[in-house]
Amino acid sequence: MTALTRHRLFWPVAMLAALLLSNLLRGPGFFAIRIQDGHLYGSLIDILANAAPIMIISLGMTLVIATGGIDLSVGSLVAISGALACLHISRQPDQNAMVVVVTAIAIAIGVSVVLGLWNGVLVAGAGIQPIIATLILMVAGRGVAQLITGGQIINVTSTPYKVIGSGFIATLPFAFVLVAAIYALASVIIRRSALGMLVEAVGGNPEASRLVGIRSKTLLIGVYVVSGLCAGVAGLIVSSDVLSADGNNAGLWFELDAILAVVIGGTALTGGRFSLAGTLIGALVIQTLTTTIYSMQVTPQTILVYKAVVVLMVCLLQSPTFRAKVFRRWRGPGGGPPPAPTGAPISPAPQPADRSEVAARTATVSKEQAA
Amino acid sequence: MTTLTLAGDRLRRTVANQQRYVPVLATLAVVALMFAFGYSRNEAFLSGQVYLNVFIDNAFLLVIAVGMTFVLLTGGIDLSVGSVMALSTMLTASLVEQRGWPSPLVVLLVLAVGTLGGLGMGAIIHYFDIQPFIVTLAGMFLARGLAHVISTDTIKVTDPTLTRLGDQRIPLSSELKISISVVIALVVVAVAFWVLHYTRFGRNVYAIGGSEQSAMLMGLPVAKTKIWVYGVSGFCAALGGVLFTLYTLSGYSLNGVGLELEAIAAVVIGGTLLTGGSGFVLGTVLGVMATGVIQTLINFEGNLNSWWTRIAVGVLLLAFILLQRVLSARKT
Repeated sequence: MTALTRHRLFWPVAMLAALLLSNLLRGPGFFAIRIQDGHLYGSLIDILANAAPIMIISLGMTLVIATGGIDLSVGSLVAISGALACLHISRQPDQNAMVVVVTAIAIAIGVSVVLGLWNGVLVAGAGIQPIIATLILMVAGRGVAQLITGGQIINVTSTPYKVIGSGFIATLPFAFVLVAAIYALASVIIRRSALGMLVEAVGGNPEASRLVGIRSKTLLIGVYVVSGLCAGVAGLIVSSDVLSADGNNAGLWFELDAILAVVIGGTALTGGRFSLAGTLIGALVIQTLTTTIYSMQVTPQTILVYKAVVVLMVCLLQSPTFRAKVFRRWRGPGGGPPPAPTGAPISPAPQPADRSEVAARTATVSKEQAA
Repeated sequence: MTTLTLAGDRLRRTVANQQRYVPVLATLAVVALMFAFGYSRNEAFLSGQVYLNVFIDNAFLLVIAVGMTFVLLTGGIDLSVGSVMALSTMLTASLVEQRGWPSPLVVLLVLAVGTLGGLGMGAIIHYFDIQPFIVTLAGMFLARGLAHVISTDTIKVTDPTLTRLGDQRIPLSSELKISISVVIALVVVAVAFWVLHYTRFGRNVYAIGGSEQSAMLMGLPVAKTKIWVYGVSGFCAALGGVLFTLYTLSGYSLNGVGLELEAIAAVVIGGTLLTGGSGFVLGTVLGVMATGVIQTLINFEGNLNSWWTRIAVGVLLLAFILLQRVLSARKT
């Protein structure tokens, strides 16, 4: 049993299962899946399809967070990417031509990659804190998106474009297949090469990684480019799903949902170890929570309250300080040995803060003692 | 010869000491330039009332940015201010209008709620060692969600006291007038200036921002200070909400979406270092003015759309962050 609870995916999966089962209490209809016109239908399939944009963004965000950074600009990138694609398609005489759709996708993805590169250069090149560097694009990006759409909502009627967001392939939603493909590709590249380890190294201690010869700058720029790329793809899905681009509201709050998904998935915000599978489950948890609340008879906007509680709980459980303080108390005032991280609710234990910082602290203290 | 080197040394040291004023002076120059530009486009731009309107329209932002200055000075961040502001407008409007509570009592209650919320977040950040970013993010969700729970509709404020406070204009001369909110905001700025520069709490804020470890080793009350800066920020956000209620005479749960970014942008443009430890509350006033003047400029142009404001603020933010980088790189 402990081996099971110690697995890094145990708590995210348990959370997802609990959420899904809570729907069962109100009737078995939630789990019903039927085939209609050769497509799978049902609440579960809806969750998979609706979670697609967040899942893709969260994958990119996981890598950024693993390096100890954060990317706040993804929501704005979603808006920009959707706006560019829809603008291009809406200007063509024949919106259904395949070449039009492919060009639109190429433009949107190309610009997203360039904007990701911009973030990466600000963080790795200019050395600006990630939260602030990406804040610039978050603020200005939404303005740019509105500039592209001219403040209007651009509608398109392209059938091939619609496939990305609401089409089906082999009975499954196309968007979900896209997620699966991106995840498979990412896992192979990240985990079957040294890349993942290098990213974790940079997140653990950037300075040490540089000293052992890892090109941390290139890596850092790379993760922001990937994050931009993911946001661009998500923007295509979102705009294709509703066949329109809204510079103002598309992708609003996405950055927060993505960060939440990464945190639920067990990747610590301090950087270091990460789990792509955990992130996907985290994104599913968020979407299931949303769907569950929508199907309950409460104001949908109250979902924010639940999200707040979830964020806080997960962060508290991940905090080594919190676990040390609370779990010691549980074991009685007499003390006993401090709890080993293995017995703690979320495994593996997150990094003990920033290692370079700890080292710096120790150095300062010993220097002062010497003086 | 020695006197010369000494003088040179002293000069260099004075210049180095003055370096912390460079970002603030740069902001001042930018604001002056923007006014000059506005004047060259339209002579009406340089009237006193245009200048005062920047304050009337941004009094709530000024108060919130002052609170944010405290947090950023310690090296933290508070993302919850926009939502706390919205919650405050909703609480004020619903308690006064739907429950019929006396407005002074409601205002006090709202300020207490904001302060306690801030203190709570500060305590979690400090005692459980969780990043301020994620804790205040949870606070942001919670406050916005609670505002939605109160109501998702706009609540109009018709309470005589609040209406009078909102509509009242104080004449400065025959043509110039300001609102009560501006007076309150300026009082907040003055108090913040006094607290930051002339009290022990203010010194502690700067010390923690400079180096939390050193501050702790020096025996400064790190826990108390860190928790209270979030309390101050929560108080300012709640007060900003009350001012916003007076400004719009209504409460709405979607007020102030993205306001936290505007506040952070204003503080950074005002010259406060994001890593903490260096900055001035008067710089924040300039930062709020800079964003306000951009808005006014774009309104005056007429043919430009409001989204240019966001782009311009983004560009300005980038410029000032790069300036900070250059300055801090030269220091080391």
